[in-house]
This record gives sequence, structure tokens and C-alpha cells, in this order.
Amino acid sequence: MAGTGDAHLRPEEDSLLRVEDLVVTFSAGSKKVIQAVSGISLDVIDGETVGLVGESGCGKSTTGRAIVQLPRPVSGKVMLDGEDLTTLKGEALRRMRPEMQMIFQDPISSLNPRRKVRDIVSEGLDIWSVGDKASRDAKVDEVLNAVGIDPVNGDRLPHEFSGGQCQRISIARAMITNPKLIICDEPVSALDVSVQAQIINLLQDMKTRYGLTLIFIAHDLAVVKNVSDRVVVMYLGKTCEVGKPEILYRQPAHPYTAALLAAIPVPDPNVKVSTENILGGEVPSPVSPPSGCRFRTRCPRATELCAAEEPKMREAFSGQYVACHFPLSPGETIDFHSPVTAKN
Amino acid sequence: MSKPKPTDIEKRVSAAGSTVTQSSETLLEVSDLTTYFRSSRGLVRAVDGVSFKLDRGKTLGIVGESGSGKTVLARSIMELLPRSGLERNGSILFEGTELIDFGPKEMRPYWGAQMSMIFQDPMTSLNPVMKIGNQISESIREHLDVSKQYAKELSEQLLVSVRIPEAARRLDEYPHQLSGGMRQRVCIAVALACGPKLLFADEPTTALDVTVQAQVLDLMATAQNERFMAMILITHDLGVVAGRTDEIVVMYAGRIVERADTKTLFSNMKMPYTEALLKSIPRVDQPSHLRLSTIPGRPPDLVNPPEGCKFAPRCAYAQDRCTQEEPPLREITPGHEYRCWFPVGTPEGAGALANNRAQGTTATGLVFQEPEVATTTRGDG
Repeated sequence: MAGTGDAHLRPEEDSLLRVEDLVVTFSAGSKKVIQAVSGISLDVIDGETVGLVGESGCGKSTTGRAIVQLPRPVSGKVMLDGEDLTTLKGEALRRMRPEMQMIFQDPISSLNPRRKVRDIVSEGLDIWSVGDKASRDAKVDEVLNAVGIDPVNGDRLPHEFSGGQCQRISIARAMITNPKLIICDEPVSALDVSVQAQIINLLQDMKTRYGLTLIFIAHDLAVVKNVSDRVVVMYLGKTCEVGKPEILYRQPAHPYTAALLAAIPVPDPNVKVSTENILGGEVPSPVSPPSGCRFRTRCPRATELCAAEEPKMREAFSGQYVACHFPLSPGETIDFHSPVTAKN
Repeated sequence: MSKPKPTDIEKRVSAAGSTVTQSSETLLEVSDLTTYFRSSRGLVRAVDGVSFKLDRGKTLGIVGESGSGKTVLARSIMELLPRSGLERNGSILFEGTELIDFGPKEMRPYWGAQMSMIFQDPMTSLNPVMKIGNQISESIREHLDVSKQYAKELSEQLLVSVRIPEAARRLDEYPHQLSGGMRQRVCIAVALACGPKLLFADEPTTALDVTVQAQVLDLMATAQNERFMAMILITHDLGVVAGRTDEIVVMYAGRIVERADTKTLFSNMKMPYTEALLKSIPRVDQPSHLRLSTIPGRPPDLVNPPEGCKFAPRCAYAQDRCTQEEPPLREITPGHEYRCWFPVGTPEGAGALANNRAQGTTATGLVFQEPEVATTTRGDG
């Protein structure tokens, strides 16, 4: 599971965002260091949606936050529209903020409970004093309408809205500054399936209407497939596999991607639940990640090579990149209950 | 309730090789259960006339959106709701004993020993300042007449049976030292400690990752088979209940709107709400960027629910009759009930759809949205 290597990156001139070898660590006291993100590279083309998937603790949210420099990465480059954000400071970085916005998981706690919805949405415009008050009001009305909130209700407080409506307001707030990039961190995970579908459709509509570019972080593979043009599978701070969802979901090359896909419950009673063939164990501690390939402690294909050497990103099939010494060939299945050969 | 001897318990707690040969008989029978809360706005009808039966060893799934009353139903059966402002009526027969009038004192021998519950959030349902071993042995010591040492041994066996590595060491750890999946395993061990006959699992895997979710659901299924335990699995995810339940109850606005065995429900659903719920799930076998069907609007206000069918304001099939008369729960085939005037897949339903399609709106003024045929296998794009 390497993050090393950037074979999957596309030509630099095409990309709106290009993240190279991003490293983020956190201190956990007593000299312990949490290696949250260890050398992730990814790129996003203008107008594209890139999905980041993985289990909790794989560093997908940290990657999203490090892109907007909250927190600052330890090393690596984050090029947004040709500007390296990691080198910018103070006012120069602040000038870039309207270009990148975030939408968070919990729609209710991400809105200030004591401010009117209209004020929450217009804050970005007010800070930058865009136009006069009347034009700002008109813009707020337009965006609220676009996300399906009647501007008449703009004087209400967030608690008067349901979770789905609050998420719509969060989307309006993110869109108001006409950002180039919106990072959506689990935007539908806290919502009911019926509301989840509404929000996903809304994001697609907004993308078409305003030409947005999205990074979509989620643990639900079906949701990610629906929204994404390109999917990045992460594990313990590293990239496993990158590719187009149509191919990646049908032909996973990385054993971890195959494991994730095998664990999805299918809403059909005729599909037999695989009680035998699911990935065992849990994600190891990011304080002392395994040597070599970080997935090897749970991988039935692991050998000494996986412990000794970290696999590099390489093209498995056309347009699909994998970081694995022993990738799956098309149509090959994997037995997660065969013994793991190389322990630690 | 007589206290069983340790040998019995050992048999019930031990994970492997149990050969329970009880006949399938009714364990729980709920009839016309209502649970209302008095609030400043009026009476909140959280559960409004729910009836169902559950046989020993079987699994019932309860499905619905937030606010459909599924969690209140489970807590009402277990008498876990705050008593102030509560109005609870109907009948709850558990092994032939009427529980509806029981208070916390009378329910004490039932909690843990006869029926127990696993909650959604494993962090907040465990006591953060109590060692894991003590949280498991607490209910063993309460219900079974065993020594402290024996309770500890049982706790360790239970941790082994829920596949927690290094069980002996974990007994002396605190919940924060475990991962989310491990904590939920501990919750399962606590719930299983006294060998309950009925296990409620309220969104047990919603807070977990997909791989851990599969592990935990498998573990619960294994425990259930070994103990011949009945289970009520509450979830909003039809994908979770599809492969793991015998029967499913779909709830909306505090009522059962459809009840059927799992295969029938998925292959021959009659209630438009069930259809709409199933279709709003994005599926991995669908192509990317497929527009998802949605259920417009929100569940109704349980203080002032609409006249007629409670789902009519959001339903693509709604006709004038739906806004005036509430459909009764009708049985179409034995064990399959639904609450609709214009059911899915019938001439009445097709007529209602054709009518709404022609008008462009439903009888409740909703813009008509075509409900596609719910497919269970769809090729990739």
C-alpha cells in the first residue's frame, strides 16, 4: 500500500488541484506521532468529482482538511490553480480561501445555532465586501433558491430546519463565494437514505449549473460510485488504488478494494450474505504502522516482499492504478480466510 | 423468575456445540401498542397501534426513516422510556406474560436476563469509567447466583465468543482503549451475558465502517443461531436487513405500513413507501451519475398528522381517496399486510399512477415523479 509514486497523476497543466506527496502527522503526547497521511498524491481536473473512500482512520478527512491548509501538512505540495498553498502565508493564503470551501458531515453542528440562516450564507460575501448590500442579498436569494430553501425562511435559525435542509444551507454557504473547489467531507453520512438521495442529486445539479469541482469524501462505496468521476481508495494514510468507478468497482486490482466491495450489504434477499469471506481484523494503529505495505497485516496475499518493500503506484489496467506487489487480475476473486503468511 | 444453576448458564453461555431443539413458538406478541408523549404542542403519537408476533429464534427487521417510531417501539416494549408524560397502552405478551403494566421494578428480572438491547453508539452506551470486565459481569451477578470469580470467567468466555483478541487483558481495560468495532463487540457481550431470549439491536452498525459492519452482523447472527435467540433488528438501511432477517416490518408515522417475510417484501412489495425507500438507495451495481429517486418532503408531524394516509403527501400514487380515508392494514396473503388503497403492482396502483402521470401532479399537489420499477439486478453501464 504505497502512497509513494505518482504514476496515477495526470499531466500537470490539466489539473485544477494537484496534491503531491502530502504528509500530515499529529502529536499524540509522550513522543508518539500519529502518521495520519503518509505521502498521498492525487489530482483533480476542472469540473471533475474525485471520491476518497476508506475505513475510519484511513486519513481521508485529514487529506481533505490538509488541502485547505487546516492543518498545515508537514510536507508535500498542494497546487491549486498553479499556486502552491503550502508556501502561502497570512494574507496571501487568505486571498485563496474563497476559492476552496468545505461541507461537513454533521449539518446541524456545522451551522452557528445563534445566527440567521441568511447571515450564515452571506458571511463569505460580507467578509470580502463583494458588491453592495442589495447585490449581496440578491446573490443569497439566488443561492438559497438553487439549493431548494425558500429565501422567505432566511430569517430563521438553523434549529428550525431538518438535517437535510441544514445540509442544503451548508451547500449554499459553500457555493456563495463561487469557489473553484468544494471539499465534501461525508456530506450525506448523517442523513436518512431518502434525504441522502435528495442531497446527492442536489450536488449533481449544482455541479452542472455552476461547474463545480468536488472532492467527495465518504465511507459508503455506493454513494462514492454514484457521484464520482474518479475514485481514490485509501488505507492507513496511503493510496491503494485509483481509477474510474465503472472499472474499479467491477475489476478491483487491490485486495483491499476487493475487501471493501465484498462487505457492502446488498438490498436483495436473494444475494447470499457472505458470512465467510469478509475481511477480518481492524485497521492497525497509525502510531506504529506496519512496515512495507500497510495493508499486509490483513491481506491474505502478503509475503515477505510486502513487509520489506513498499509497493509503488503502477498501472494495473488502462487508466487504473494500484499500489500492490500482487494485484488481482481481472475476474480473480480473493479468499480472505486463507492464513496471512507474513505477520509483522 | 428462578435463578438457573451455573451448569445451565455454562451451557447457555458457551459458544459452541449447543443443540437446542425448541419448537418454533411465539415468544413475543405485541397487540395494538400505542406510545404517546404529552408535550407542550400536544400529544406526540410516536407509536400508534402496532401489532406483530415474533417466534423464538427468528429475526424481525424494523425499517423506516428517522422519526418513524422504530426506536420508540423497541424501547416501549422493553419499558425503557422516561415515564413522565408517557401514555403507553395495548398489550405486550412475552412468553405469555403481560408486560404492559410492568414498571421498572417488575421489569428488572427481564432486562438483561430475558431481553436485552444493543444501541447505535457503542461509545455512549458503555460506562466510560468502568472496566469492561465489570460491565459484563455486572448483569451476570445481578441475575445469576454465581461467585465473583465465576462471573469473571464467564465474562472472559463471552469476550472470546465475540472474538475479541486477548480477552483476559481486555477485561481490565476501559472503553476508550478500544476501537469502535471492538466497543460494539463488548456491547454485544454485555447484551448476551445472561443468555436473553430476545435481543433488540437498534441501528447496531450505523456508526461502523462497512467491513466492521459485516463482521459485527455476522457475529450477531452466529450468537443468535447458537442460542436460539430471537432478534429485532432496527435500521434505516434496507441493505442490512435484506440478507439477515426472516420478516420485515416497515414503519411510517408510528404505524406499520407493510409487513411481510423478507423475500416477499423485496420481490412483491405493495406499499409505495417501501418501494420509494428501496429505490432511494444508491447501489454499487448502478452506473455512476445515475440520478437517484428521492422521497420528496419529510415524514409528517406526529402531533398533527395529515388526514387519510399519512404517506399521501409524499406519494407518487396519491389519489383523492388517500387524503380522506386512512387505509387499514390489509392482509393480502398470510403474513403479508400493507396499508394502501392503490398498492404497487396492482391494477389500482397502475391506474393511480396513470392518472397522476396524465395530470402531472398527485392528489396532494406533489409534482409527479415516475417511480421506476425497482430492479434487484442491474447491469453496469
